[in-house]
Amino acid sequence: MLRALLSDDLPRSRWLAVVLLVILVGLAAAPFLFPGAKSLNVAAKICVFIVLAASFDLLLGYTGIVSFAHTMFFGIGAYGVAIALTRLGAGWDSVALGVLGGLAVAVVLAVLIGLFSLRLRTIFFAMITLAVASAVLILASQLSDITGGEDGLNYRLPMALRASFRPFEGITGRILDYYLVFLVSLALVLVLLRMVNSPFGSVLMAIRENPFRAEAIGYRTVVYRTLASCIAAATAALAGALLALWSSQTNPDTTLSFDIMVDILLMVVIGGMGTMYGAVIGAVLLVLAQNYLQALVGDRWLLWLGVAFILCVYFFPTGIVGRLRRR
Amino acid sequence: MKRDWIPLLLIPVLAAAALPLVGSPASWVTLTVAGLAMGMMIFVMASGLTLTFGLMDVLNFGHGAFIAVGAFVAATVMLALGPWMQADSLWLNLAAFLPAILAAMAVSGGLGLAFERVIVRPVYGQHLRQILVTTGGLIVAEQLLKVVWGPDQITLARPTALRGALLFGDIAIEKYRLLAVIVGLIVFAALALTLNRTRIGLLIRAGVENGEMVEALGYRIRRLFVGVFAVGSALAGLGGAMWGLYQETVTAAIGGQVIVLVFIVIIIGGLGSVGGCFVGALLVGLTANYIGFLAPKVALGSNILLMALILLWRPQGLYPVAKR
Repeated sequence: MLRALLSDDLPRSRWLAVVLLVILVGLAAAPFLFPGAKSLNVAAKICVFIVLAASFDLLLGYTGIVSFAHTMFFGIGAYGVAIALTRLGAGWDSVALGVLGGLAVAVVLAVLIGLFSLRLRTIFFAMITLAVASAVLILASQLSDITGGEDGLNYRLPMALRASFRPFEGITGRILDYYLVFLVSLALVLVLLRMVNSPFGSVLMAIRENPFRAEAIGYRTVVYRTLASCIAAATAALAGALLALWSSQTNPDTTLSFDIMVDILLMVVIGGMGTMYGAVIGAVLLVLAQNYLQALVGDRWLLWLGVAFILCVYFFPTGIVGRLRRR
Repeated sequence: MKRDWIPLLLIPVLAAAALPLVGSPASWVTLTVAGLAMGMMIFVMASGLTLTFGLMDVLNFGHGAFIAVGAFVAATVMLALGPWMQADSLWLNLAAFLPAILAAMAVSGGLGLAFERVIVRPVYGQHLRQILVTTGGLIVAEQLLKVVWGPDQITLARPTALRGALLFGDIAIEKYRLLAVIVGLIVFAALALTLNRTRIGLLIRAGVENGEMVEALGYRIRRLFVGVFAVGSALAGLGGAMWGLYQETVTAAIGGQVIVLVFIVIIIGGLGSVGGCFVGALLVGLTANYIGFLAPKVALGSNILLMALILLWRPQGLYPVAKR
């Protein structure tokens, strides 16, 4: 059962299993273990960023391509839901429409970027995604009629997700909303885990290790790379939709900015590239650090994380998970 | 070798095509000069990046840090020499401007040496780790900038002699833009002369074409590369200083803002080609200014469109470097 659920990709280390279990239980019981608006907000952010980092790991860790446009897809998903809820009213039908619209835009953009740049070299892809993402960021803050500009959009969530909704004693709409975010995130992570442990995932890793050889064996590397980038884009868009459904406001700073891109990079590399569990641990660490460590270490905590990032790339390319698995 | 003139012709063609769209010749001249000035500054920043890539297959995502450092160092020197900057004498202005520029280049170049030694050297030949490590370097450098110069932006006034515009009839040309064009041309000429007329330039060009052969002939290409990296960083510092003075504000985010344009330029030009970089930078500068005038909301998107069109036409950039 567990084996099937984790797609035969067990933690393979006692400590890693313990850490993952603590994270799972902590998130599953967050509304009751850590009451309070702030900690619930942090828990929801952790869920969203786990999905975002995991989908980025599909690109960086498994396929070996660097994209700087991952937050762009995240933002597209968030704006899809936000625009639908603003324009069409706070119903589930507009949520569905927003999610589908965001997904469609994200996938089409990913295909276009992939076809343009993935047949060349990874370095091209990195630069072109950076350029496109910055254009979209500027576009989002310029087209204020649609996106609300720099201020973003504030909108009402569907009735069942509002704080004022109280179906039972002690259960509010926020808690329902949290469980929506949590369960969808969990499902997405398991789906990604399934994907990287499938034959498709093996082809991706073959491409990462040696693209020429993979091509020579008969796999069209362009097709596989483009597929991987589409799947990653779609998952990131879903993560964005979750964030939009959680926070009832969407603006460029929280969904599109390069600060978030840097955060995702840090999460995946420090947690461990090439394992989904690494993305999970990295996301938990970074979101916790952002919300609680800042007070302890001071303003320059990003400096130390940057140093840790460089050291990780040099000395621990498999990150925390790799270290845990080695013992 | 037969010269390929078609990309070069794109610049006058683009300028001519914009004339009827813009309408009035006076604003067309102003926009063209502004576009050339912007293009020249981007070229100064991008030339080092494209050379290091061509020579050693290293793409430095942290290049933006050198741009920002140059801007900050120049701003500090100019603020320290404030009275000279504001004096109503061209010579005193220059006495403040030149040291500021030189200091920016020296500090950026020195930083480039350190960056090459600490960050880049261990990851030669591994693109994925290169991108990651140099991005990490950028994160650290940006934070260090905030530690040293504080998180606030610095406002910078141009020296008196460079303020205002020259008037020819109803055509106004900002003096600073003229200076930017002149500096850009000097840098381009110096680079072209060094690359085409000196022994070191010969080695660099040979290294770009076939590094192993140059090594086999007994030249240390690594050492050459370190030099190119330092010069490229110094040029980034020069470009950053000019850009800061052009914007009249300096922030830690300046590197991130410009690096996107720099990347577009070196992709358009063909990775590794200085001539392509020059043409690409002018095209980007002109497009940005024309579109910024005609349809301001889509100005940055226009650069992406330009890049897409050029890549459709020549998938490796305007002047593809032979071995890639």
